[in-house]
Amino acid sequence: MSDKRVPFGDPAWIRGMTRRRISRRELFRYAGAGAGALGLSSMLAAGGVGCEEQATGPTPGGEGSADWWAQQQAGDHINFTNWPAYIDRDFSIDGPGSRPSLNEFIQETGIDVTYRADINSNEEFYAAIRPALEAGQDTGHDIIVITNGQELTEMIQLGYLIELDPTRRPNFDANVGPAFKDPVYDPGNKYTMAWQSGMTGIAYNTKFVDEEITTLEQMLNPKYAGHVGMFNNTADAQNLTMMELGINPETSTPDDWQQAADFLQRFNDSGVLRGWFDQAYLTAIENEDLWITMAWSGDIINDKLYFPEYATFEFTALDTGAIVWVDNCCIPNEAANPVGAMMLMDWYYDPVYAAMLTRWNAYVSPVPAGGELVQAAAEAAKGAEKEQLETIATSPFVFPTPELEEKLYNYRVLEGDEIEQWNDLFNPIFIS
Amino acid sequence: MERPVQPDLHLVAPERRPRRSTAPYVLAAPALIWLLVLFVIPMIAMASLSLQEGTSLEGFRQTFRFANFTDAIADNGAFLVRSLRNGVIVTVAALLIAYPVAYWIAFYGGRFKSVFLFLLLLPFFISFVIRTVAWSFILSDDGIVLGTLKSIGLLPESYHVLGTTFAVVAGITYNLVPFTILPLYVSLEQVDRSLVEAAKDLYSNRAQAFLKVVFPLSLPGVFAAVLLTSIPAIGDYVNAAVLGNFAPGTSMIGNVIQAEFLRNRDYPEGAALAFVLMAVMVVGAVIYARVLGTERITEG
Repeated sequence: MSDKRVPFGDPAWIRGMTRRRISRRELFRYAGAGAGALGLSSMLAAGGVGCEEQATGPTPGGEGSADWWAQQQAGDHINFTNWPAYIDRDFSIDGPGSRPSLNEFIQETGIDVTYRADINSNEEFYAAIRPALEAGQDTGHDIIVITNGQELTEMIQLGYLIELDPTRRPNFDANVGPAFKDPVYDPGNKYTMAWQSGMTGIAYNTKFVDEEITTLEQMLNPKYAGHVGMFNNTADAQNLTMMELGINPETSTPDDWQQAADFLQRFNDSGVLRGWFDQAYLTAIENEDLWITMAWSGDIINDKLYFPEYATFEFTALDTGAIVWVDNCCIPNEAANPVGAMMLMDWYYDPVYAAMLTRWNAYVSPVPAGGELVQAAAEAAKGAEKEQLETIATSPFVFPTPELEEKLYNYRVLEGDEIEQWNDLFNPIFIS
Repeated sequence: MERPVQPDLHLVAPERRPRRSTAPYVLAAPALIWLLVLFVIPMIAMASLSLQEGTSLEGFRQTFRFANFTDAIADNGAFLVRSLRNGVIVTVAALLIAYPVAYWIAFYGGRFKSVFLFLLLLPFFISFVIRTVAWSFILSDDGIVLGTLKSIGLLPESYHVLGTTFAVVAGITYNLVPFTILPLYVSLEQVDRSLVEAAKDLYSNRAQAFLKVVFPLSLPGVFAAVLLTSIPAIGDYVNAAVLGNFAPGTSMIGNVIQAEFLRNRDYPEGAALAFVLMAVMVVGAVIYARVLGTERITEG
């Protein structure tokens, strides 16, 4: 949302409309790819479109190996592709300065950054860059931000991400929080560094909803007919519904999934549901199309805090808790500027810049020291600013209380055949 | 013969000019190459894909699995029927809107005809998706239209247009109406005005002249307009996503195909479904052409 507000006159936006110039080397590569397509070599001769299964990890001397990293040098430009409403904004300034933390990186390093808030869904974004990854081409992105889940796991397993250089992230080593170090989905942070973490819960507009919402069941109330939104991605609605049903999603079985699917199907059958949403839910609740919807914590808290017209928004967890997830910075294969990408990823592990993010986007920071800076700033501030900062500093959704933490669950990790079973069960519900 | 050498002609000196019989092929070559590279080859690739088996993670292998097609039909029959129904509604609505407009421009546009046609095409200077998204703001529940009507009490607070089949069908109609108008205009423009005068000389009133002379002569335009409108309407997926909010009961076959490619990454099933849709539309168009073919119209 932050990014759709001031698109005009922002040079970064205009640059974003025009792709980076294509170098001669790339031109040859594209030409080669074109010739390959003409020959239909991969599709017909080999008899399959397909990813040959790759062992994860770089080949010796190959992309992502220590030798390879040693030869890399920072380029003068980074393409950073992220989700909307995810970086600090200052709307009083035009141009790159309107993203203060990023602008300081640009000033400090002299590396230009094209920031695009283009990711609205993990599934669709991954599907869009997958053909380039499969063909071994540059996706045009140096940093992408992907949630822990099916898509990230697949990218790691297929070797689509560059293994990060552990020597190029001093801030990360010094400041990363224990919960974000060595996560189960990426042991040793070989491929990912957390951007932010957040929660999936429920948002509602108190202008239309005069009760406290703490269950999904309440969303099925006919009085909200036509104004109820749900997520259609491959994880959120499924896992949160299991929590509603008192099932621990992390250890859930296919029988549990079936129960969740049956519950979700009620949304289709009851007539209350407005529709199944990706990131577009945020525009829909802002436009008052939605009164109650599944939501991501920071999107709503940020709206409520910094935009008076959204002061009536509430974000809440279910009685039974909320889902917690992590969005991860990673570098896709053949990225043009992997060194610059690592510099930028590590930049945000400096507590100062981590704090700038947190005080704007109200998500959970992977840098505890950054959070402490926000809390300290809240104590020191005065007036309206103090109120804003304190709202963030005391929000359990930004600084989870032990009480809430007990009720936070991760997504079910799917392995092997489970993925297909899960998708075959749930995906038909989202398109009907 | 002495004459200045023109750079353009330089390469095609008279003695090297291709023989007359090859000229058509040379002239058609750009279009044929375009078709080959951007239509035939991708179609072959998609056909191959539609018979493969596997998953995004493990890769897809060619196993000539024709069951992909039966699966695609069995799983998605309802979406196919809904899309065809929407296509029919859109086509009829677009014709009803377009015919008077085309008629008026052709017969009464005078020297401003080209201005009116330009105005019709003006929205196309903005991308189709952007225009559809703009409608989602205009029609939002508290937007400029519904918000106003609600605040003066003409509509209940919970009323909404987005997220309904009506929004989807109306959005597609809006997007396609110019494609309906243009062929109608072309055929109406060609109607010989003296035939209308002749009809009046033979004591037909204006309605009779229209029904017996003008309308039959415009049928080739109607034929083209129906095809140009219905085919993109049936395959549309943007309107159901943006204006339909993926509400239960609004998704069309295009959304299913998109989801197979962009959500589920089940390329074979998506490709098979795309071919099923194409086959349905080709068969439909052939039957339509047979029943109401242009030849018969012009013969009649």
